[in-house]
Amino acid sequence: MQPDSRNASGERRSRRGSRRRWRLTARYALLTIGAVVVLAPLYLTFVSSLLPPSALAERPPPFFPLDPQWHDYAVAWSQGDLGVYLRNSAIQTGIIVCGQLVTSVLAGYAFAFLRFPLRRALFVVFLATLMIPFEVTLVTNTQTISELGWYNTFAGLTVPFLATGVGTFLLRQAFLQIPRDLREAASLDGYGHLRFLLRIAVPLARPALAALGVFSFLAAWNQYLWPLVVTGSGNGVRTVQIGLKLLQGTEVSRTDVALAGTVIAVLPLLVLLVVCQKQLVRSLTAGAVK
Amino acid sequence: MADVAFRGATKRFEGRPAVDHLDLEVADGELLVLLGPSGCGKTTALRMVAGLEEPDEGEILIGGRVVNDVEPKDRDVAMVFQSYALYPHLNVERNIEFPLRRRGIDAQLRRQTVHEVAASLGLQELLARKPRELSGGQRQRVALARAIVRQPRAFLMDEPLSNLDAALRMQTRADIVALQARLGTTTLYVTHDQVEAMTMGHRIAVMDCGVLQQVGAPHVLYDRPANLFVARFLGNPGMNVLPATLDHPGAHFARVDGGHVPLGDDGAGATGQAASLVVGVRPEHLALSPSGSLEATVLLVELLGADVHVLCQLGGDTKLVVRQDASAPRPAIGDGVRIVAATGSVHVFTGESGARLGGPG
Ligand SMILES: Nc1ncnc2c1ncn2[C@@H]1O[C@H](COP(=O)(O)OP(=O)(O)OP(=O)(O)O)[C@@H](O)[C@H]1O
Ligand SMILES: [Mg+2]
Repeated sequence: MQPDSRNASGERRSRRGSRRRWRLTARYALLTIGAVVVLAPLYLTFVSSLLPPSALAERPPPFFPLDPQWHDYAVAWSQGDLGVYLRNSAIQTGIIVCGQLVTSVLAGYAFAFLRFPLRRALFVVFLATLMIPFEVTLVTNTQTISELGWYNTFAGLTVPFLATGVGTFLLRQAFLQIPRDLREAASLDGYGHLRFLLRIAVPLARPALAALGVFSFLAAWNQYLWPLVVTGSGNGVRTVQIGLKLLQGTEVSRTDVALAGTVIAVLPLLVLLVVCQKQLVRSLTAGAVK
Repeated sequence: MADVAFRGATKRFEGRPAVDHLDLEVADGELLVLLGPSGCGKTTALRMVAGLEEPDEGEILIGGRVVNDVEPKDRDVAMVFQSYALYPHLNVERNIEFPLRRRGIDAQLRRQTVHEVAASLGLQELLARKPRELSGGQRQRVALARAIVRQPRAFLMDEPLSNLDAALRMQTRADIVALQARLGTTTLYVTHDQVEAMTMGHRIAVMDCGVLQQVGAPHVLYDRPANLFVARFLGNPGMNVLPATLDHPGAHFARVDGGHVPLGDDGAGATGQAASLVVGVRPEHLALSPSGSLEATVLLVELLGADVHVLCQLGGDTKLVVRQDASAPRPAIGDGVRIVAATGSVHVFTGESGARLGGPG
């Protein structure tokens, strides 16, 4: 009786163990496929940027640069003025990210904690702006910017993006998670709205802020159409994405150099993702795991 | 420190009054317990003092000054929330220090004050921890520390013990009483637990459905409840309540299901011309006795250590509880017994409004 039952339970355990192993294998296989799909274009870009022009035409293209052409990077950097473009992108992105964080925090707080007439209606209007694609407002915005005399300035590049419906919504949701008791306790402790916002609400909404920061960084850095429309040559506020486009058009006009430039332009994003990975994952799963 | 007063304070939610024309004064340095069942408006009353709810009618006074238009942050009262409302991202030290940072006190003095308060509540070891790393009782003490650290004019406490287990609740109850006595700070303490109210309050204010029922010292409310609600709410188990009739006005006995009870002089004199009466007897004033004037059947016998509660069924569907010493002979379930009510222990209430007509005390 005794040994029998022990055997049975041992068998059950091993069966459960093998099932778990199987599930793990499947999960890792899926993750691997996902990673390959996501990383392949990046890898190919990187490899191609190191290939000599002749090898680029080969089909299939080589998967490993046997004779890496590092000087392509130097060419891209100097001929393409990438330093200037990167600086411009950094300024433009910095302004947009800071602007969005500030306006979203303030508006999100108002919608979450303040009572004012038409609060619901206004919030619906905010949400409605999420449905309007950027392209729809492109022409009007361009006109406004040029009438303000902001053509070819950082103001023109950034002001239309200083407030977002998404950010407001994201932070409102984060602020709504904060128990009302905390606001009330702080108000009895002598803290008005602004101080409560800075000392309690913002620190507690850090995951949401980090997520918004990263997403708005990505969006701002990768902008192409708007910088193309509101900047021109001269004066130099053009961003790196435009710079890349121009790189292909110059006398350099070599795909490998253009690809080297692309890799340089992508680097800041990669660094950001690696640094903020933990925060990002936490913010994306924050709703799921409680 | 200051006295706190409600003057006809009324708060309505969606037209229904949560607090209805409340008139109540908490004397300077007093610990007044606001007692009542769930939903009776205790928290709402407390929040009006804090300034978190604005009264629809009437006035709130702190230190003799009407504060209806004063912002919560300027009222200088401290509240201990039922949820404790600790700031989750700040450690214990920062949590306690939080109210001080708004008062222009220099960092050195702040630190010293925080450490003193923490020591008085046994929190020195926990100063570096975050609230989520604390037990319920420890969180509760941090919330208390945060309230006392800035020496407010009044403490408001909303069921601060309801999340603690029984043993800890008793301990903390005593701690709060001692703390309040030491600091002498006016305290308005909300609870639905009559034991807490009886043991802690200098005075108790009983509320029901937003209406104040009675205010007084614990023994006054227990011995001379102003109405049936207070009579039943205080005491565990509460007062036995029996519908009664009189043979004639001024009779010295009231007929109830299963027999009659003696009214005593006070009771008998008070009945007047009342059409319908209710009498009330506390379980400890009843005893099983072969010569008792009430006939009953035993439904349940509960041993609670030193005491035994015997639940009996009189005729009809009237039930009552008799408290016995554990040493007394115990009846069995289903036994027919006779019950005697001690003379001068029977309270008389009107049947209509439940208001007290007379009785002992
Ligand atoms: N913000 C609100 N909106 C609408 N109704 C409310 C609000 N706050 C309280 N009420 C209602 O007012 C009444 C009194 O509520 P209150 O919270 O003061 O009761 P309480 O005595 O503290 O109860 P408990 O012991 O359960 O905490 C209840 O009927 C409640 O539903
Ligand atoms: Mg309450």
